Amino acid sequence: MIAELGHYALVLALALALVQGSVPIWGARTGDPGLMAVGTSTALAQFGFVAASFAALTWCHVVSDFSLATVFENSHSAKPLVYKISGVWGNHEGSMLLWVLILALFGALVAAFGANLPPTLKATVLAVQAWIAATFHLFILVTSNPFARLAQAPFEGRDLNPILQDMGLAIHPPLLYLGYVGFSIAFSFAIAALIEGRIDAAWARWVRPWALVAWMFLTLGIAMGSYWAYYTLGWGGWWFWDPVENASIMPWLAGTALLHSAVVMEKRDALKVWTVLLAILAFSLSLLGTFLVRSGVLVSVHTFANDPARGVFILAILILFIGGSLALYAWRAPALRQGGLFAPISREGALLFNNLFLTTICATIFVGTLYPLAFEAVTGNKISVGPPFFNLTVGLLVIPLLLAMPFGPLLAWKRGDLYGVAQRLIAALAVAIVGMAAAGAAAGGGPVLAPFAIGLALFVMAGAVTDVVERTGLFRVPFAAAFGRAAGLPRSAWGTAIAHFGVGVALLGIVGETQWGTERIAAVKPGETISVRHYDLTLDGLTPRRGPNYQELIARFTVRRNGEVIGVMEPSKRTFPVREMTKSEAALMTRGTSQLYLSLGDTDAAGAITVRLYHKPLVLLIWVGALVMMAGGGLSLSDRRLRVGAPRPARPKPALPAAA
Amino acid sequence: MRAGLLLALVVAAAAYAAPARAVLPDEVLPDPRLEARARALSRDLRCMVCQNQSIDDSDAPLARDLRILVRERLKAGDGDRQVLDFLTARYGDFVLLRPRLSWRTAALWGTPAAVLILGAFGLVVVLRRRAPAAQTAALSAAEQQRVDDLLRQDG
Repeated sequence: MIAELGHYALVLALALALVQGSVPIWGARTGDPGLMAVGTSTALAQFGFVAASFAALTWCHVVSDFSLATVFENSHSAKPLVYKISGVWGNHEGSMLLWVLILALFGALVAAFGANLPPTLKATVLAVQAWIAATFHLFILVTSNPFARLAQAPFEGRDLNPILQDMGLAIHPPLLYLGYVGFSIAFSFAIAALIEGRIDAAWARWVRPWALVAWMFLTLGIAMGSYWAYYTLGWGGWWFWDPVENASIMPWLAGTALLHSAVVMEKRDALKVWTVLLAILAFSLSLLGTFLVRSGVLVSVHTFANDPARGVFILAILILFIGGSLALYAWRAPALRQGGLFAPISREGALLFNNLFLTTICATIFVGTLYPLAFEAVTGNKISVGPPFFNLTVGLLVIPLLLAMPFGPLLAWKRGDLYGVAQRLIAALAVAIVGMAAAGAAAGGGPVLAPFAIGLALFVMAGAVTDVVERTGLFRVPFAAAFGRAAGLPRSAWGTAIAHFGVGVALLGIVGETQWGTERIAAVKPGETISVRHYDLTLDGLTPRRGPNYQELIARFTVRRNGEVIGVMEPSKRTFPVREMTKSEAALMTRGTSQLYLSLGDTDAAGAITVRLYHKPLVLLIWVGALVMMAGGGLSLSDRRLRVGAPRPARPKPALPAAA
Repeated sequence: MRAGLLLALVVAAAAYAAPARAVLPDEVLPDPRLEARARALSRDLRCMVCQNQSIDDSDAPLARDLRILVRERLKAGDGDRQVLDFLTARYGDFVLLRPRLSWRTAALWGTPAAVLILGAFGLVVVLRRRAPAAQTAALSAAEQQRVDDLLRQDG
């Protein structure tokens, strides 16, 4: 009964989306405020019904209603409650329902907090949002109904894949979807602007917080996914250039470019046409990611052709929205008036440089991800485009981007002084060179690339610090005055500096892990010791243990550093009887920002167990850097000028500064 | 979207339930330099029954066979290029994670440079077209002379 109610709620949500997609825009065209207001109420109601539908599905998972196909396939009565809940989106049908839930949530947020938007713009935005929602509701109802019943309810479920039974999975997809789907708002604003044929700096100011929110969630989601893969997959890799990962990094790159170009648009009324295109691209790439992952096309063109229902449906959605929006763009964009002029060497120029490289990186990943598909479709042969390709091409493209990064915020608008900025960055450059030399000396003839990359990371970080120092006048004016200026600095300026600093931090981590990591692979018996760097790990023994829905074998290692005991690491190997699968649970020991990583393999006849031990220097900085970037985004979001629903200055300005 | 990777892993993990990860102790070559070359080569070779994993990362039996094969070729004195040629002849281009540059992959390898150059070119054209107002800021010597003359006439 609950399942049927959930299904019915989803059908009602589709009906509401159809109303929301037609009535408000009709109102906007004819100037009828009553019809336009329909958008707000339908958006809120639509969210209510999708939420009810999602709650119904969650309920079915929690009470283990195995008469539902999705619950039977992905759950088990003995599964811990948290994984019963996260299992709701651990499969195709449920994850699509989560997708539309978040889509409806964003629509409802615009409806609730968009009171300061011009009514016609708000009505059009909500209508576009509803078009997206309607197609995806239809997709779920037609091809991926999560509420489908089985004719005969089985007694027990098949359990969730053990790899998915992890806290990482519980929170990773919702975060990622908040990012992906969050870009739908920027998309809807872009389409609305094209339909209205009117776009100005105010538009950028309305769009930027939404894009920033989406970007923050996407950053967090990608970082979470990366850390989760790192500790769960058992060999300590954190980025694989898997098509699925590429599908998430592409909208991130386009979104990052969008944030930067929107700044130009807001401040200087320039780059309008380009910003609109980026808003369309960011969400189009999110849709493409959904298609790539959900259609099965990645496994092979043939799998796609054999079971085409879902794939063809999403492909149709893809063509409709991407093709439609680009066509609309080609038709309407030339009508948008171009704004402020600027010299190539200027803040605008630097932001364009950023956009050029981010777009090129995005295009490279796009082509690299889809090339094997196109190649197979055209020639019938298979080729692989793997990590070596992406590391090389993206690695080369990132260097100029990072080199230019400290310059951007220091350049003046309209016409900048490159030489002057270079002079101000001398301290940052000195930090970079010293760091490079120190890294080179410490590594002692290791990879040549590593010291250079360390220098680059330090340059980016020191450049971000320079930005704040220059703005506050620290070292030039008395400390109290600098402090006062720091407090008065717009939060978005702080946000920029902190986010840029985070990029440098992440790069440090990447260099440390990839260039200086060490690895030991050995078969050890109890009492034996393996060593990496200064650490010696002795296997004390193996003990079996029973978990809620698995059995595990725990290996206890005593960790010594230079002979002194510093702790215990307990990697384990879990066997899940329902799926007859085993999973290795790695043990991690954090030392500063570095980690020891230990995972178990098979036990051989002689009683020795295969272990892989890694020392990963600075590895935590990769994710710390992402968090710092996100914090920068958050700070920027809290800037008064960007706060949604605050069109006027919060504090009235004094009429005249006293005796100034 | 990570769920897709998961699906892939599910397939891979279901087929090869052994939890051992990639290179096993008995595969490691005694000569560290040869082993380092083997590891580097392994990272560029695809485990063809897996979803986007190199033979260095994969625990599939095929990956193990390929790792042993690579080491055997290296022990026999093959160069890196010869090892890759040998495997490509056997398994086709699919085995290479870094596609070789040929006319069939020209579009792939050419993308970064092409997009960058076209993008930069497009920017220059657009900025040039919009720049005339900015260019009038400075007067040539002849123009300055004329302005001065006109001003003097007025005065």
